Amino acid sequence: MNRRVLLIEDEPNIIEAISFILSRDGWTVHTHSDGETALDRVRAGTPDLVILDVMLPGRSGFDILRDLREGDDTRALPVLMLTARGQTKDRELAERLGATRFMTKPFSNSDVLHTVREMVGP
Amino acid sequence: MALRPRRSEFLERRSYRQRRMRDAGRILPVFALVFCLLPLIWPRQGGADGLTSTGLMYLFGLWIVLIVLAAALSRVLRDDETRTNGDADKDRLR
Amino acid sequence: MISFNLLVVIALAYVAFLFLVAFAAERRAAQGRQAWLRSPLIYTLSLSIYCTAWTFYGAVGYAARSGLEYLTIYLGPTIVMVGWWWLLRKLVRIGRAQRITSIADLISSRFGKSTLLGVIVTLLAVVGTTPYIALQLQSVTLSVAVFAEGSGTRWGQADLARAALWVAAGLAVFTVIFGTRTLDANERHHGVVMAIAVEAVVKLCALLAVGIYVVWGLAGGIGATLERIDASTVALWTPAPGRWVGLILVSAAALITLPRMFQVMVVENDDERNLGTASWAFPLYLLAMSLFVVPIAVVGLDLMPEGSNPDLFVLTLPLAQGRQDVAVLAFLGGFSSATSMVIVATIALATMVSNHIVVPLWLSARQQGATMTGDVRYVVLVARRLSIAGILALGYVYYRLSGGSAALAAIGLIAFVGVAQVLPSLVAGLYWRGANRIGAAAGILTGLVIWLWTMFLPSFGEGAVIPAHVFAEGPFGLAWLRPHALFGIDGIDPLVHALYWSLLLNTLVLTIGSILTFPTPLERLQGAQFVNVFEHSADKAAWTRSDARAEDLLMMAQRIIGATEAQELFRSEAARQGKGGYLPDVTVDFIGRLERQLAGSVGAATAHAMVGQLTEGASVSVEDLIAVADEAAQIMEYSLKLEQKSAEQERTATALREANEKLTAISIQKDAFLSQISHELRTPMTSIRSFSEILRDGEVDPEARGRFATIIHDEANRLTRLLDDLLDLSVLEHGQVTLNRERGTLEAVLDRAEAAVGPAVKLVIRRRRSAEQVPLETDLDRLAQVFINIIANAAKYCRAEQPELRIVVNSRADRPVTVDFIDNGDGIEADSQKIIFEKFARLGDTRKAGGAGLGLAISRQVMEALGGAITYLPGQGGAAFRVVLPEAARLAAE
Repeated sequence: MNRRVLLIEDEPNIIEAISFILSRDGWTVHTHSDGETALDRVRAGTPDLVILDVMLPGRSGFDILRDLREGDDTRALPVLMLTARGQTKDRELAERLGATRFMTKPFSNSDVLHTVREMVGP
Repeated sequence: MALRPRRSEFLERRSYRQRRMRDAGRILPVFALVFCLLPLIWPRQGGADGLTSTGLMYLFGLWIVLIVLAAALSRVLRDDETRTNGDADKDRLR
Repeated sequence: MISFNLLVVIALAYVAFLFLVAFAAERRAAQGRQAWLRSPLIYTLSLSIYCTAWTFYGAVGYAARSGLEYLTIYLGPTIVMVGWWWLLRKLVRIGRAQRITSIADLISSRFGKSTLLGVIVTLLAVVGTTPYIALQLQSVTLSVAVFAEGSGTRWGQADLARAALWVAAGLAVFTVIFGTRTLDANERHHGVVMAIAVEAVVKLCALLAVGIYVVWGLAGGIGATLERIDASTVALWTPAPGRWVGLILVSAAALITLPRMFQVMVVENDDERNLGTASWAFPLYLLAMSLFVVPIAVVGLDLMPEGSNPDLFVLTLPLAQGRQDVAVLAFLGGFSSATSMVIVATIALATMVSNHIVVPLWLSARQQGATMTGDVRYVVLVARRLSIAGILALGYVYYRLSGGSAALAAIGLIAFVGVAQVLPSLVAGLYWRGANRIGAAAGILTGLVIWLWTMFLPSFGEGAVIPAHVFAEGPFGLAWLRPHALFGIDGIDPLVHALYWSLLLNTLVLTIGSILTFPTPLERLQGAQFVNVFEHSADKAAWTRSDARAEDLLMMAQRIIGATEAQELFRSEAARQGKGGYLPDVTVDFIGRLERQLAGSVGAATAHAMVGQLTEGASVSVEDLIAVADEAAQIMEYSLKLEQKSAEQERTATALREANEKLTAISIQKDAFLSQISHELRTPMTSIRSFSEILRDGEVDPEARGRFATIIHDEANRLTRLLDDLLDLSVLEHGQVTLNRERGTLEAVLDRAEAAVGPAVKLVIRRRRSAEQVPLETDLDRLAQVFINIIANAAKYCRAEQPELRIVVNSRADRPVTVDFIDNGDGIEADSQKIIFEKFARLGDTRKAGGAGLGLAISRQVMEALGGAITYLPGQGGAAFRVVLPEAARLAAE
């Protein structure tokens, strides 16, 4: 069950933490840290799941999400939104734009792991 | 109340005097020129003696008078200009 | 007999003394102690360069030849000076208001900042002045030769030429050193003016000494002298009316139009009121200079052997009588007369040549964008220095070619008539708004051509330039064009002939040309500003926005008038508009002011062209201005009060608008601030929580465990730092900060900041430690904190290949100390410049910054608490921050 996750996040320490958790669980983790080119990266990599941070350099995670949901090939892609801003309006916006799941930082490692497993299905 | 008209009259006299001094400043070079040209019409009997020394004394005398007048005028006009600070010529319209 | 070598030693010692005087004056001026340098006395004495070697030596010769006629040369200027209220006052006022740099600049500026007119007047001035400079060289060499002869060596042409070359070279050195210290020609050359004032005293004393010696030592008192005068051949005083009137007229004109006179009278004028004193003091000087001319001439004719050159009586008479002390003094007087004239004339001409010929050529050669690239200041300075050398070389060449002609006076008068051709346009420009560019150019050219044909070229002698048959029959057999008998009117004195025809036709063409042609808007505007200079009428702001960006203009201005002055100008303009920072709105009003400021350095026409390159809508905006300055607008009566009120309203409105914008921004920011804080706190917490969970769960190899522990530690530090910063900011914002005042030097604080940022960063820091020796008394830790912040920012954000940070300290006595940090990166966009000092205002790549974007906000608060300021400095290429140290931070004792 070699499943691929694409982690779009710009904070190096958080990248390292999530990569570590997921790799240990058997996932192949690819990372990308620039908002502007993130969309191309998703299309090129065809991951099974995307973890998407909101505050990215170059382009906001919300904009990327909107584009993902408009593209035919990425419409059904599971997307887990992460944000450090923790406001309800961010959650609402994410849901409206079609995020599969939404989590605020800081998170517990096991929550992330469970959520990711759930999203991709058995 | 009695003081007021007197004071304004004084000011008026003063600014009137200022303006006449400016007139004097403008007319002075004209007179200066005319007096400089005056020796040209002096009667002259072919090479009469004494003309050069007379002319010399006349011109230097005129010169000194001009310097004294200019000194007096510059004193008045300079104070005038300091007080009215440059827009003195606005009075020209009057 | 005094040895020739001793004379050379005396002359050199005198020159060294003049250098010292000039240096001392420049020093005093640099220290801000200028009161004495600006006194009416110095001003009056500087005007004395009217009396050149021509008048010092030549007046006696003149008197010996034509009696009292020499007096006309002094009477003309006297009339102009005593009439200062009428003409000179206006000229000086305009010169200061429009920042005029030379007579050519005045004419060019008045007639629509015309480049063409600038070139014409410059050429006229060069042609008219070069022979005059040659004349001065000749007088110095002749006087030296007199002494050489006295000590037994007869000088040949080669010796004379060598002496002239040395004198010219020495003068070039002096003039380059003291004449091009500051680029702004409108700034005073204190060293030069002081040296000239000293020379003025020397030449007056010298002439008076010779005169007193002659009257009381040789002639036996005043009465005896007058008798001698009447007995001598000079007594035949039959003044030719034409010459008498003409010479008074032309010498009066010369006082105004000679480039060197314009330089000292208008350009170097510091205080308009000095003119009032000069109005009587300068005629007094002239009177003293001419007092003993006739006695010296008469006694000289009596005592000197037949055939002696009367032009040198001042020198040879005491020498022949064995009074070497008087003779040496006379020599120094003549030397002073010659050198002071050459120095000022050269500066005046060099300014004209560089501003009206070299720089326009350079500009057109570089075409577009010349204002933005290359150092204009450098070009102008080099142009000016080369011009000085070139003009003196030209004078020397003329001296060699003319071979030292006999009568000194002739050349002086020729030059007078030449430069007088500017007079009609100048007077018309000052009093007649209808006078226009075409009229002026045509008039001056007409006068110039007639002067060349009837006076200048014939002065080389019949058959030298103009063939003899042309004198007799006219060119191509056109008899009415004979150089000395234009229109067939024969028998007039050549000088009077040239003078009347040139000035008459000049004025006529000017008048007709102005009446028949139509001026451009800019000409009409300048015309109104000149003619009504006392009424401040055209200084209204037409609030038309121009296309020029303030930052571009600042960049250009810095290249011309220097960074400090340009920034100060922009800052004060922004403050006047009720804005902060260095970038005012580009109003027509401001462009006008900027142009005048630039004109002080490069002349009106060039400044206009340069600004025009950046403000594309120049023609439109001039139309706007014209509407205000037009005749129609003149009739309208607006009181000054009303004007001030509307200006004040404008300012208030701007301030209100800015405040409103800020308020709106703040309320948006309040929300943004909370969510920002949340983000900044949660990010490190995420890492900490995540890694601590990983470590808690175990099953991590030791190497990774160490790394994770380090991350947790670092992120905890980051959190602490952030909280510290927030606390710091809050304390600062509420003004509750306690300052810990200490003494130290700026250098030490900068050292500390540089060390704190660490050598690890790739950034190269360039400093000039000599400028950093500024003693301070303030909270040095806080100041260092600000510096660290700026340097760290540069290290993080400067994207250049080889990032470099220049730290420029500017400490001048009359201004607060500023420390500029300028990197070589891409700089910050104009829009962003406004927000960088806000909290969390991080631009672009956020992660790289590592901090929370509070650094500059804190820096700003710190500087405010210290009583200084920190601003973004636009127009420096890269990003640039200016820290203005508080006034009190600098220790008074230095």
